Amino acid sequence: MSEAVTALGGASFNGLVAVRERPLTGMITIRADLSDKAVAGAVGSVTGLDMPGTGRIVEGEGCAIAWMSPDEALVFCDYAEAWDKVAVLQGALAECHALVANVSDARAVFELDGAAARDVLAKLTPADLRDGAFAPGTMRRTRLAQVAAAVWPTEAGTIRIVCFRSVADYVMQLLSVAADPDAPVGWHG
Amino acid sequence: MSHRLPQGGRLIDRRKPRTFRFNNRAMRGMKGDTLASALLASDQMLVGRSFKYHRPRGIVASGAEEPNALVNLGTGDRFEPNQRATTTELFDGLVAKSQNHFPSLDFDIGVVNDALSKFLSAGFYYKMFIHPRPFWKHVYEPFIRQSAGLGKAPDAEARDVDTYEHMYAHVDVLVVGGGVAGLQEARAAGEAGKEVLLIEQTAHWGGRAPVDGGSVGGGPVDKWVDETVAALAEMPNVRMRLRMMGAGVYDHSYALGYERVSDHQPGNDAPRHRLWRIRATEIVTATGAIERPLSFAGNDIPGVMLASAVRDYVVNYGVTPGRRVAIATNNDDAYRTALALADAGVGVPVIVDARSEGGPLAEAARDRGIRVEFGMGVGRLLGGKRVTGVGICRMDSDGSALHEIACDAVAMSGGWSPVVHLWSHCGGKLNWNETRAHFAPDPARAPTGADGQAFVRAAGAASGALTLPEILDGAEDWEEAPLSPVWQMPAQAEKALQGKSWLDFQNDVKVSDVRLAAREGYESVEHTKRYTTLGMATDQGKLSNINGLAVLADALHKDIPAVGTTTFRPPYTPISMGAIAGEARGALFQPIRRTPMHDWHDAHGADWEPVGAWRRPYAFVQNGEDVHDAVMREVTNTRQNLGLLDASTLGKLIVKGPDAGRFLDMMYTNMMSTLKPGRCRYGLMCSENGFLIDDGVVARIDDETFLCHTTTGGADRIHGHMEDWLQCEWWDWKVWVVNATEQFAQVGVVGPNARKVLEKLGGMEVSADALPFMAWADGEIGGFRARVYRISFSGELSYEIAVDAGQGQAFWDALMEAGEEFGVMPYGTEALHIMRAEKGFIMIGDETDGTVIPQDLGLNWAISKKKEDYLGKRAQERDHMTDPDRWQLVGLETLDGSVLPDGAYAVEAGWNDNDQRRVQGRVTSTYHSPTLGRGIAMGLVRHGPDRMGEVLDFPVPGGTTVRAKIVDPVFYDREGEKQNV
Repeated sequence: MSEAVTALGGASFNGLVAVRERPLTGMITIRADLSDKAVAGAVGSVTGLDMPGTGRIVEGEGCAIAWMSPDEALVFCDYAEAWDKVAVLQGALAECHALVANVSDARAVFELDGAAARDVLAKLTPADLRDGAFAPGTMRRTRLAQVAAAVWPTEAGTIRIVCFRSVADYVMQLLSVAADPDAPVGWHG
Repeated sequence: MSHRLPQGGRLIDRRKPRTFRFNNRAMRGMKGDTLASALLASDQMLVGRSFKYHRPRGIVASGAEEPNALVNLGTGDRFEPNQRATTTELFDGLVAKSQNHFPSLDFDIGVVNDALSKFLSAGFYYKMFIHPRPFWKHVYEPFIRQSAGLGKAPDAEARDVDTYEHMYAHVDVLVVGGGVAGLQEARAAGEAGKEVLLIEQTAHWGGRAPVDGGSVGGGPVDKWVDETVAALAEMPNVRMRLRMMGAGVYDHSYALGYERVSDHQPGNDAPRHRLWRIRATEIVTATGAIERPLSFAGNDIPGVMLASAVRDYVVNYGVTPGRRVAIATNNDDAYRTALALADAGVGVPVIVDARSEGGPLAEAARDRGIRVEFGMGVGRLLGGKRVTGVGICRMDSDGSALHEIACDAVAMSGGWSPVVHLWSHCGGKLNWNETRAHFAPDPARAPTGADGQAFVRAAGAASGALTLPEILDGAEDWEEAPLSPVWQMPAQAEKALQGKSWLDFQNDVKVSDVRLAAREGYESVEHTKRYTTLGMATDQGKLSNINGLAVLADALHKDIPAVGTTTFRPPYTPISMGAIAGEARGALFQPIRRTPMHDWHDAHGADWEPVGAWRRPYAFVQNGEDVHDAVMREVTNTRQNLGLLDASTLGKLIVKGPDAGRFLDMMYTNMMSTLKPGRCRYGLMCSENGFLIDDGVVARIDDETFLCHTTTGGADRIHGHMEDWLQCEWWDWKVWVVNATEQFAQVGVVGPNARKVLEKLGGMEVSADALPFMAWADGEIGGFRARVYRISFSGELSYEIAVDAGQGQAFWDALMEAGEEFGVMPYGTEALHIMRAEKGFIMIGDETDGTVIPQDLGLNWAISKKKEDYLGKRAQERDHMTDPDRWQLVGLETLDGSVLPDGAYAVEAGWNDNDQRRVQGRVTSTYHSPTLGRGIAMGLVRHGPDRMGEVLDFPVPGGTTVRAKIVDPVFYDREGEKQNV
């Protein structure tokens, strides 16, 4: 089996912030009624994490769960473990009405690193990025210009972005233009 | 003449000269000037020609309300027409040209229109151009196009070299306007702990107050402004931005801000404009007020300005529009201009006041020795390209008896109108204030949000509070006597004078035009606006609207509030196209979706074709080939050896749940619930109205799970379609859907050698026994985790293999390498199309166009007769759908072997009611088939399947007719032996 690659081979750009494509990340979509205790229990038994509340992301050791909708969660894990984890989750959720799908390769992940990260992002998304609305632990499904994306701030002060793999090139260019060193806004903090 | 005064000018820096060019003449201004103040300083009062009569036009105002001083600004890739000189900050090297003149600004031929103005009255275009009808296209339209527009369109080859961007902001309070009211509102909100954004369209804080004067707490108001700005700058929760206009207010407390980031320093690398999209809990409009002109004969002659503008130029820029400036007013405020002029040493020969008496300001002017004439008005202005004098008369007269006074400029004031635009954009209502003769926001009828609560509040002059003490606590200023409304000067002005009294300077609408409209039966202010073009120019009637509707009200013998205003619409002043586009230009104009093998295709001659948002290779063009050659080669090679198709773009929807089978039975016309795990079935999807909307192969993964392939363009749409039915109609069915399209790179391995290359790569059994036609299996091929579908869209032995997208390129490489000995070549979408047409397979979007049902396409075999229902079933039972005259799918073979043009119609005898040939069918797909060596086509023909062997006539461009025989649509391997080996 060949080494899997990301959409852009780890592209990066340095401007107002550093824009980096992240390495391969395991991502698993779970469609199920998240308010169902059995579902939360089954997912918890595999991930060791509680089901996140609306608009939240909970992180654990090498693993995280993000709330995507009342009946959709996204589990992050090590890329190499994704297919195995799908099988384990399917087993754990066997008694529930649930769909588990590996979407690791369907996505691209980016990171914005720098003090102006929120300003750069705010040029592209209508989401409220103020501290109160966008603190670590928050996950926003939104759009970046013309494509769908999910964004969340990390404890380390960076911002992570997930988008579809097919538009990774578009998103990389968007972020690079928004991070143009000649276009500071000085808005967020 | 207008000129720079020896002293003064609070906004300019006399030590820093700036050079610029106007109409190819070099001129000088100073740092801090606007283009307008610099032009005035250079005695360039004449700045343009009006739209209709080409009358000479001078600078009237000092801000966003300016109707006349619009210029072509910049050159080449930075050229932009209709830029207001009054809001253009001067910079070194600025190049501007006046507009709407021919051959020159000083001598203009179009001015003959002025002499003909009697014939160019309101509604002229409607009356003139209606008959004779054929004249419209050949005579009138070219004439109107020629004379339309003020500024020049940019050169067709020019490309905007500047950058633009958007910015989304969320705040508690947005304060629009940085005058004293806006500053006070920002401070109050800031001190209350709110997150505040304060924006100001000019480059300076304080608005009119520093010019108009007054005191706060015993100190001058500009000191209060400076202190407040400093205090706000200290507040971490208050953000202030200059050069940013509030452009519009929308539902849900949404506002647009237009920031001119670097207009004043072009050529630097910053974005030129930034469009702010602001969500505010509350919006405060502190947008000030605009002075109204007075309607007297000759009020459009260069040298006539708003009194407040004259004051602005004197105080802010040290510029006066003349040496002797007469003043015409109906209120006390204009006396401030007289005092400012007197302070600057400029002569004020007379103040003509329509009222019988004034207040303390008038007294002060008199005390300075200025002649004040109460109860008088301007009867007619003297001069052509420049004011030379003012003829004054009794206000209560017809203006025939004049007393002339020499002057070279006139400052006029008809009172003030609050800027209610932003308040009104989203439905805020207005009250008419009799005393001040203006419309002002009615706080009881503010724009309301989803909670029914007001989300816009007007403050300061924008709310109707026109004086400093009304706005700021502890402020003192002159006490003002009430104004006297004046909509026509003099009150009984004779007709000839009304015909020279301008309301709309830019669009050339006069008092006489509005009165004519009223006489002709126009009662609605909106209709009158469109009939006369009042307020329809680029300034949207900032100066003319109130005067115009007051004249209309008078002509209709109605009250002004009964006539009402026209609708205020965003943006407040025009914003650039670039700002609207933001980053969406060039490569970012539209997202392009790329498969994992996109770059490989690009490097191997892909001729791209857009399919949905994707780019797919139409063909892989090799050296020395044209695209057609490449397509022919790809078809032949795939039929004879081995072809690879990047099928990653096909939609892949996972449908799972105890009700999944039942759900898919509704989605598809076929029976899907009986499909066995491990098997595939081709399915058709229809809309509720029975029309075919998508097709594809469904694979049953396990008892509860299906994988539905959709068309490339249909993936997102069909996903939404499924969710719609699940969420809105069958919400109690237990079914989940996940769009897994992009998880997999999918490769079609097609041709007689397909099995050989897979066996060579090895890993799983792909023999006819282990993996028969229309089966699928999971396994490994060449070390890649793979799901293999034995399906065929080409009629050949074919496997579609899905691997993780991250390994798509590596898998493709492995196939290319292993396939070399088997004659492997990639093929594109056109070869795919030809091969499916040779097999008579339909294509969504070719054979279907939203009006075609499966029964039209001979697909009855794919419509289950056993099912009680499926989406579209009942619609397909309607009379029109079961009409035997519906056009049906057939094959078409030209008699001469040529290729029929796509979309060509088969004609029959006779003509229809529109004098068109009657038709009986049309071509839906047409290609040259390299396999058969001739043109093949599919088409829909009335009673087609019953007419095999008949020959149809297809007239084609050029006057010839192609003849084609109706044949079976399956041209190649009718028995399907090739795909089932």
